[in-house]
Amino acid sequence: MKALGEREMRTMKIAPASPAAAIEIRGLAKSYGDFQAVHDVSLEIATGEVFALLGPNGAGKTTTVEILAGVRLRSAGEVLVLGQDPAKYSRAFRDRVGVVPQSTSAFDDLRVRELIGHFAQIYSRPLPAGEVIEMVGLTEKSNAYCRTLSGGQRRRVDVALALIGDPDLIFLDEPTTGLDPEVRRHAWDLIRMLAARGKTTLLTTHYLDEAETLSDRVGIMIGGTLVEVGSPDTIGGRRHADVTVSFRRGALAGHPLPPLPIGSHVVERGDRVEIRTATPTAVTRALIDWAERAGTGGGSRGQVSELPDLRIDRDTLEDIYLRMIVEHERRAEQSGTGLSGPDRTPLQRRGSETGQTSGAVVTDTVTRGVTS
Amino acid sequence: MTVIEPGVQRAEQGPADRPPLPGALAVGWARAGIEIRMFLRNKASLVFTLSLPILLLLILGSIFGGQVQGTDVDFKQVFIAGIIAAGVMSVAFTGLAITMAIERGDGSVRRLGATPMPRSSYFFGKVVLVLATGAAETLLLVGISVVAFHLRLPDTIDRWVRFGWVLGLGATACALIGIAYSWVIPNARSASAIVTPPFLVLQFVSGVFFPFGELPQWMQTVAALFPLKWMAQGLRSVFLPDSFQFVEPAGNWEIGHIAAVLGGWCVVGVLLCLATFRWRGPKVR
Repeated sequence: MKALGEREMRTMKIAPASPAAAIEIRGLAKSYGDFQAVHDVSLEIATGEVFALLGPNGAGKTTTVEILAGVRLRSAGEVLVLGQDPAKYSRAFRDRVGVVPQSTSAFDDLRVRELIGHFAQIYSRPLPAGEVIEMVGLTEKSNAYCRTLSGGQRRRVDVALALIGDPDLIFLDEPTTGLDPEVRRHAWDLIRMLAARGKTTLLTTHYLDEAETLSDRVGIMIGGTLVEVGSPDTIGGRRHADVTVSFRRGALAGHPLPPLPIGSHVVERGDRVEIRTATPTAVTRALIDWAERAGTGGGSRGQVSELPDLRIDRDTLEDIYLRMIVEHERRAEQSGTGLSGPDRTPLQRRGSETGQTSGAVVTDTVTRGVTS
Repeated sequence: MTVIEPGVQRAEQGPADRPPLPGALAVGWARAGIEIRMFLRNKASLVFTLSLPILLLLILGSIFGGQVQGTDVDFKQVFIAGIIAAGVMSVAFTGLAITMAIERGDGSVRRLGATPMPRSSYFFGKVVLVLATGAAETLLLVGISVVAFHLRLPDTIDRWVRFGWVLGLGATACALIGIAYSWVIPNARSASAIVTPPFLVLQFVSGVFFPFGELPQWMQTVAALFPLKWMAQGLRSVFLPDSFQFVEPAGNWEIGHIAAVLGGWCVVGVLLCLATFRWRGPKVR
């Protein structure tokens, strides 16, 4: 019961401010035979929010989206989308939901305008076909057969088909995978425009920049589990996250590092020193004092040795994401299963798992502070 | 424990701001128009679907001859009635089942399944397509037969009307069975191999290539369970003189039976479609 209470706390934490949730998920699970594709996912997405599900291939993103869109049945859990259970077939539900599936659909023998016009006939309140075609930038191609379109143009047709019914909620399953950078930017503009129109958008992606630039919140999904949810600039405790202060020793080779604030974590790789710390300013001051002392042999102020390549870096979303994946894989190996279960604190032990090459010397200032 | 309660604080999300959805029939007609357009534009499938029965007609029509035992009717004319029935079944059952497997595989079925398209509208579009292509196939076969094999067109209104409903009910029944049968096809590549055998067997046992009355009793019994035998018999009653009915197993055309069996298969076909068709299934990509 205690664990459940903690999970509830977590749910509370991720609950958006708006009471009108477009999507509410509690304990969602989906298994195919013995394979658990989605495991105990709980999430709320507010009306008008742009939410990105980020994760590697096979993380369960598509399964989750398909369950929410009503084209796949769940194994367990509670799901409400636009206040309805998507597992119950309803035309009215589909009327309000637009779906861009992961794979591009065929319709080779139809012209763009015919295809989009046909889909318009299925909905209660379709947008004008020409308007939607213009929205996705296919006006010049509206008389072209779908089979003659490029991959990027076909993807835009997919988006147009999802928009034609003027949906309140749009699912985009990897909308920009395989598109060239310019077309991707165009797709981004389109998604931003939808958000500006108040459409709730759930997109999946394995592009971090995409999640970061488009979404109000990001959910990181790994191995069927939603391991972290937050805004792009706070996810993974990013705002308070450790910062890496790094430099090369250069002329200061051989000088022992100064005592650093407790909690700093030093990694030395040859000449390069990386210090992960929650207090980068204090660390930097300690380093400057050290460089000054070392550079002048303890003499007067003002003659600071330059620390070559001095950098202060905050983790990028990519750093956090990759660390989570490595962490997940490590723990999956330990437990012998692909699932991390209800234990969802992969960020408690961050730091040394990624980016380490063998031969790196890892020191912890908890001990260093005493010895030096 | 927070429980999700539908309808609480979600009044503004109701579908009240949307007009009613278009009716299933209206969507069905829209679907039919698109289906026909796609069919006409897919030249390979168009030619393949329509030409096979025509080739059979030309080849076998030139080989077969001689009078059917106990009648003054040329077997060629019997065969023509049979090949028209088989031609309609070809576009309805074979063509449709294969198309369905392809559409499941290429994502278009799933794409439609995410829209408010009713299943019934989708079936309706398929059936209308089959009725149109079946009519075109019949026109071609009858035209060629009149020119090349001296087929005599029906000479009474009665027979023309029967021509219409036998083909209409037969094509509809075959189309619905075709949609349902596509459920056993695992993927588009194997579609042809899985659809052709039952069609081929039915053609042999249903009296398309041989006079039905001369087939072994057990074959007649098996054939009587399926629509093709009744379609062929109905078309014989349209094109052959009434004197021919005395060599039919029942001794007459069994018009009532034909209508009952074909109509029955339409009903069973709808039920099978509803039972087997899923927008999203293991075979739908």
